[in-house]
Amino acid sequence: MAAIDPAVIGTELPARTVDVERGRLRSFASAIGETDAVYSDVDAARAAGHADLPVPPTFLFGLGLGRGAADFAWLAELGVDLRHVLHGEQSFTYHAVAHAGDTLTLAPKITDVFAKRGGALQFLVRETEVRRADGTPIAELKETIVVRDPGAGT
Amino acid sequence: MTAALTDVEVGTELPPLELAPITRTTLALFGPASGDLNPIHLDIDVARSVGLDDVFAHGMLSMAYLGRLLTNWVPQDRIRAFAVRFAAITPVHAQPTCTGRVVSIDQVDGERRADLELAVTLADATITLIGTATVALP
Repeated sequence: MAAIDPAVIGTELPARTVDVERGRLRSFASAIGETDAVYSDVDAARAAGHADLPVPPTFLFGLGLGRGAADFAWLAELGVDLRHVLHGEQSFTYHAVAHAGDTLTLAPKITDVFAKRGGALQFLVRETEVRRADGTPIAELKETIVVRDPGAGT
Repeated sequence: MTAALTDVEVGTELPPLELAPITRTTLALFGPASGDLNPIHLDIDVARSVGLDDVFAHGMLSMAYLGRLLTNWVPQDRIRAFAVRFAAITPVHAQPTCTGRVVSIDQVDGERRADLELAVTLADATITLIGTATVALP
């Protein structure tokens, strides 16, 4: 594929506002084999001091996803073939724990683009701010995506 | 659990979290539950179309396991930061183990914070994730 134009650095991608649902948190807890009842049982969560089921540490990554091809439209617009994408790095900085019943807004932005190995590997960095509807900061996410180009640099 | 946190020092190891082998069912459940619907993890035809033998597990599944390692050790509201680098893909049927160790303790923003080194290692010794976390101590 062609090199990703560094001019996209600074591009704000469409924000998404999502209701955090108990059912999806329970499905997530079940899928990762979570055995701590705090993450699936509202009574256990409240007994541990939570307002409702807590959003576990990595769940925010996919909170704004789940729509299929639409999740990856921003990559397609950059000319990236999703099949050549690897997740390189992921970080979270936390300000508060979110809970079921919260309405959260995720505001992503492309913050870096660079290449290695003569363009055989391109890197895209996307940072996302997550806030509650009242503006309370919840977390910042930083995701580094690696795009392998089987036809370059080999 | 919290009582033991007062005794944390540099070198303290977190109780390891040993997972069962990752099945295709796990991937089929984790995709929709997490929101990560990239077909490379779900559809063997897509994987083969780019020369792979098979689908592979979501990196974020392994990071979620590391999240369990952390929240087994401290209440979640003590986690200040959590970061990983995905060092190798996780094949279907791989069996991950999550480990963590305290590498430093500092006073930051009026609280004692422990910096942790984290890893996910497969049964064949492949290290798939290398990470760090910062947690506030009592």
